[in-house]
Amino acid sequence: MTTRTFGERIRRIEDPRLLTGGALFVDDVQLPDMLHVAFVRSPFAHARIRAIHVDAARQHPGVAAVYTADDLGALWKAGPVLVAPPPIPGHVFNARTQFMLARHTVRYVGEVVAIVVASSRYVAEDAAELVELDAEPLPAVVRLERALAADAPLVHDDLPSNVAAHVVQTRGDYAAARETADVLIRRRFRYDRGASAAIENRGVVAQWDPRQRELTVWDTTQAPIPVRNAIAASLGLPESQVRVIAPFIGGGFGPKIMFYPDEILIPWIAMQLGRPVKWIEDRSENFVGTTQEREQLHDAELAISRDGIIVGVRDHFLHDTGAYDPYGLTVPINTQCTLLGPYRVPHYESEFTAVFTHKTIVTPVRGAGRQHGVFVMERLLDFAAAELGLSPVEIRRRNYIPPDAFPYDNEILYQDSAPLVYDSGNYAAALDKAIELLDYDNFVHTEQPRLRAVGRHVGIGIVSYVEGTGIGPYEGARVRVETDGSVTVATGVGTQGQGHFTTFAQLVADQLGVEVAAVRVVTGDTREMNWGTGTFASRGAVVAGSACHSAAVAVREKVLRLAADIFEAAPEDLVLDEGRVHVRGSPSRSMPLAQLAARANPLRGAVRPGTQPGLEATSYFGPERGSTASGVHAMILEVDPDTAMVQILRYLVVHDCGRVINPLIVDGQIHGGVALGIGNAFYEELAYSDEGQLMSASFMDYLLPTALDVPPLETAHIETPSPLNPLGVKGVGEAGAIPVGALFAQAIDDALRDFGVETCEIPLSPSRLFAALERSREGAT
Amino acid sequence: MKPPAFAYFAPREVEEALALLAEHGEDARPLAGGQSLIPVLNFRLARPAVLVDLNAIESLAGIGERGGSLHIGAMVRQREVERSPLAARVPLLAETLPHVAHPQIRNRGTMGGSLAHADPAAELPAVAVTLGARLHLRSTSGARDLGAREFFSGLFSTALAPGELLVGMTFPFPAPRSGTAFEEVARRHGDFALMGAAAWVQLDDQGRCTDARLTFVNPGAGAESATQSVAALLGQAPDAAAIRAASESGAAELMITGDMHASPAYRRHLARVLAERVLTRACTRARTPSGT
Amino acid sequence: MVLQVPVRVRVNGVAIERSVEPRLLLSDFLRHELLLTGTHVGCEHGVCGACTILLDGEAVRSCLMFAAQVAGHEVMTVEGLAPGGEDALHPLQQAFRDAHGLQCGFCTPGILMTLVPFLRDTPDPSDDDIRHALSGNLCRCTGYQHIVDAVRLAATKARAQGDA
Repeated sequence: MTTRTFGERIRRIEDPRLLTGGALFVDDVQLPDMLHVAFVRSPFAHARIRAIHVDAARQHPGVAAVYTADDLGALWKAGPVLVAPPPIPGHVFNARTQFMLARHTVRYVGEVVAIVVASSRYVAEDAAELVELDAEPLPAVVRLERALAADAPLVHDDLPSNVAAHVVQTRGDYAAARETADVLIRRRFRYDRGASAAIENRGVVAQWDPRQRELTVWDTTQAPIPVRNAIAASLGLPESQVRVIAPFIGGGFGPKIMFYPDEILIPWIAMQLGRPVKWIEDRSENFVGTTQEREQLHDAELAISRDGIIVGVRDHFLHDTGAYDPYGLTVPINTQCTLLGPYRVPHYESEFTAVFTHKTIVTPVRGAGRQHGVFVMERLLDFAAAELGLSPVEIRRRNYIPPDAFPYDNEILYQDSAPLVYDSGNYAAALDKAIELLDYDNFVHTEQPRLRAVGRHVGIGIVSYVEGTGIGPYEGARVRVETDGSVTVATGVGTQGQGHFTTFAQLVADQLGVEVAAVRVVTGDTREMNWGTGTFASRGAVVAGSACHSAAVAVREKVLRLAADIFEAAPEDLVLDEGRVHVRGSPSRSMPLAQLAARANPLRGAVRPGTQPGLEATSYFGPERGSTASGVHAMILEVDPDTAMVQILRYLVVHDCGRVINPLIVDGQIHGGVALGIGNAFYEELAYSDEGQLMSASFMDYLLPTALDVPPLETAHIETPSPLNPLGVKGVGEAGAIPVGALFAQAIDDALRDFGVETCEIPLSPSRLFAALERSREGAT
Repeated sequence: MKPPAFAYFAPREVEEALALLAEHGEDARPLAGGQSLIPVLNFRLARPAVLVDLNAIESLAGIGERGGSLHIGAMVRQREVERSPLAARVPLLAETLPHVAHPQIRNRGTMGGSLAHADPAAELPAVAVTLGARLHLRSTSGARDLGAREFFSGLFSTALAPGELLVGMTFPFPAPRSGTAFEEVARRHGDFALMGAAAWVQLDDQGRCTDARLTFVNPGAGAESATQSVAALLGQAPDAAAIRAASESGAAELMITGDMHASPAYRRHLARVLAERVLTRACTRARTPSGT
Repeated sequence: MVLQVPVRVRVNGVAIERSVEPRLLLSDFLRHELLLTGTHVGCEHGVCGACTILLDGEAVRSCLMFAAQVAGHEVMTVEGLAPGGEDALHPLQQAFRDAHGLQCGFCTPGILMTLVPFLRDTPDPSDDDIRHALSGNLCRCTGYQHIVDAVRLAATKARAQGDA
């Protein structure tokens, strides 16, 4: 019997190729006669370009071409706004997107001003050094708080200020409600994010075939179909003449969903020169050229009753969007919405101002602004708990939305323009499970006092969060039984290591009664699937997975209908298993899928009118809104107050992503998210100088956590199936990363209780922790 | 991030290397393990016209006992020292080497390369100074030996003259009743230290300290100025109070700079904490009959 | 014109003879001249470890060596681990698959090449040993937990086989 694989720890089918070095990544594409690109990037955060001298570079041996904005003709235009703001009444959004190449003004260090094309990357870099950028440096606005000062330099001088957006969302009447509260907790919070730092940098390879009149582009994108559409539109080609392939991608984490000018420029150059062209971003470029997430500054107030029931929250925050805002309002709206968490917040007043700064563009990075919101809410609850004499556990429990309250309407709009309505959840169950698995009470009442008595500063943290996942608009999948009995699945999403090959194969294998290994999944090739949007917002399994499932169900029906004809049996009497169809109770009346696939495509004779050939179906799935994943994270850590070094001793995640298709893969997703969150909380920092230079632009200074910095990770699951898709699944890709900063802060404050440290800022670092300890030591004397 | 072009020579004999360095003068750089130089080239922060690769010179690659001391050729890989039973008789080396980057780097990185590079954040210069290592230099015009403290002359700066090559180093085996210790605080294991400290203590048969050295890693100055004799300990049996006093004065005298990872105040604080830790351990070890 | 230097080297057991520009990084030589694209490049300054290969049996960063420097040496890349291909994985590769020790797989070849000599020298590692051994390789996807599990699994299996 072919076992049903949904819910099983199935080994990944993509692994052998990856483990043997046989998988194709973009930089592995080798084409005859290929040219290589190096970009000339602005060393200034803000400057007016007077001239760009390229003659010396053009004359350098091995150089095929050098381009500046002046050479681009009609191609020189501003890029698109990728995500339109939700229709929030009264919102302001000043769209400013980057041009193909900077022409008159550069607005961040790393903005591309010229392109060198040469016989090798080595030669291209040699010649790039010969390009002379004659520019007048101008004052830059770098710090978030300075962006709105009256005398701040303007990032876009056609705007009256550096305001990129202003949005207010409210529920209830906070101003009135706060008058009824017993306690007001008010704090300022700073939360900074970092680089996605996928180990594979970005890259684009393009080949124009003049005889086929076809452009093929290999691209590290998370969104091959939208990229294909943009290339076609920009270069004046029909979409069917452009093929974008996102092969194996070495990690995405958000910024590879962005659309970058190079994704048009490289194909354009390939067409101009009639030769294949490759650009592979190096790590130095990645730090300035690939989008990031960065700082928010929150002034927040929690109004709460004496018995710890939330009356309301007010939060005003600034959001740094960098020099341009092509990704709309996704990140700050995620912050605004996710702040509410799993709690009943009857009155909410949230106002944010997104500001332009002379820094690299901000777009979603795994978590996409949700961290910031969770940090503010969880910290407010921690401080309130301390003030009210409640435990961190108790204050959360008292405010959870109960399991019978779903769907639960938060009465504001989410980033996908749909109302922020939670579909399902059981928050107290996750909390209980975490408390049990961590032996929380024993730690707090026995273990921690024992360790403290011998001078060890151990702390515990426990936090909750929800995550809107699996948003629309839609994805598609085509499932086909091949005449060798294997099954091919094609979807439009790109895949960056999430195990889509296996997860989608499981969904299809379960319907068609074949082994998972017999299912070949093709992702990220626009030739195989023409429609779709991409991999973002923890939506692959939910949206593309549901489409795979639906297509497989449709193929199953075709298989059964065809077999019913052949065996003259009713479809419901047929069994689809082990790659064959047989009549129930009569195993000899049986036919392999391979043979059925051949029979489904008759080459002679007549068919019944309306017959479609093949055992193939295409389905699309678009959820009415996102499904709501949630979880509880808990950790125990130890601080050495002498050195300000921190060691995490235990880390536990209890997660609810609805029904779990493959626990092995889901656990891996959570682990990776947590590691990224730990990096964000304590190690990674995009440190800018006052002049807008990134000081931490290498892996020597931008510190990704290693295997010694990430502790052993424990996971557990609860399942509240989503009612919004046929599989009952919710997204999991970002879950691990979201609450780590809030959790880390709570645990640090607990460990340093004797010092009275109160953490309102992430990332921490040993140096910052030392400063906090010093402040407390000074305060004590 | 591709290196700029250079001419490349891979001599098999030291004399040939010295001749090449003499011939090309300031344009030439010796290439040892390359674990510091090649990143610098990849970032195009240096552009030597000529690289003289020392990796094929077998005579620079040996570890041995010479005149009652441990002799290490300049091209001996750090990993080889880490694994050498002979080198294990200099415990401070064995204690420190695991903190130098990662095995993949130490498999290639050399002892001589690390000293000649003189990165103030590197561990090995501090070890060499603390132990009073002798460094052996050669050029076409002759050979000379320098004490480690004379060899280092500032940030990324040494006494090596143009055309001169560090060919080897000698570490004394520990005397009876001596002890050493190393400790560092780094953001992540294998990173350059936020602060590190190495200590060497010599006691007499009454347990009184007759000599001691304390060297800091990465205060912002070179190893030569980050080392100090520990006067507060001399002439007495070092107890906790004496060690604390020595650590405090050691940290207070230090020239310190800050960077994005550590403020000057934090660095100085760490210097005091680490000095106390390494001096305490070194004294304990000096008192242990098995020695260090 | 650019001066070329000869390189004669054994790569995955095969004798190779090429002429290269002195500045050609070993990583680029392997990937773009020999088309052994399993060795990946993540930072080109020796931190991420994705480009780790074996030089005479020891793990080194191929982005911190010039191709010219491997003349006369033995190089092994991830392609040399399973000469029989995807159906005959090296036990370490198999353990990575069994324990889900990889996600995007980009850092994986460098991690495998780091671990082969580690397990040779440390056949019965503790989890702490494993984490130390891994600490020179950055992985952004897995959080390392499943990698540690994979290494432990590979070591356990190898010891069981040795005992049998």
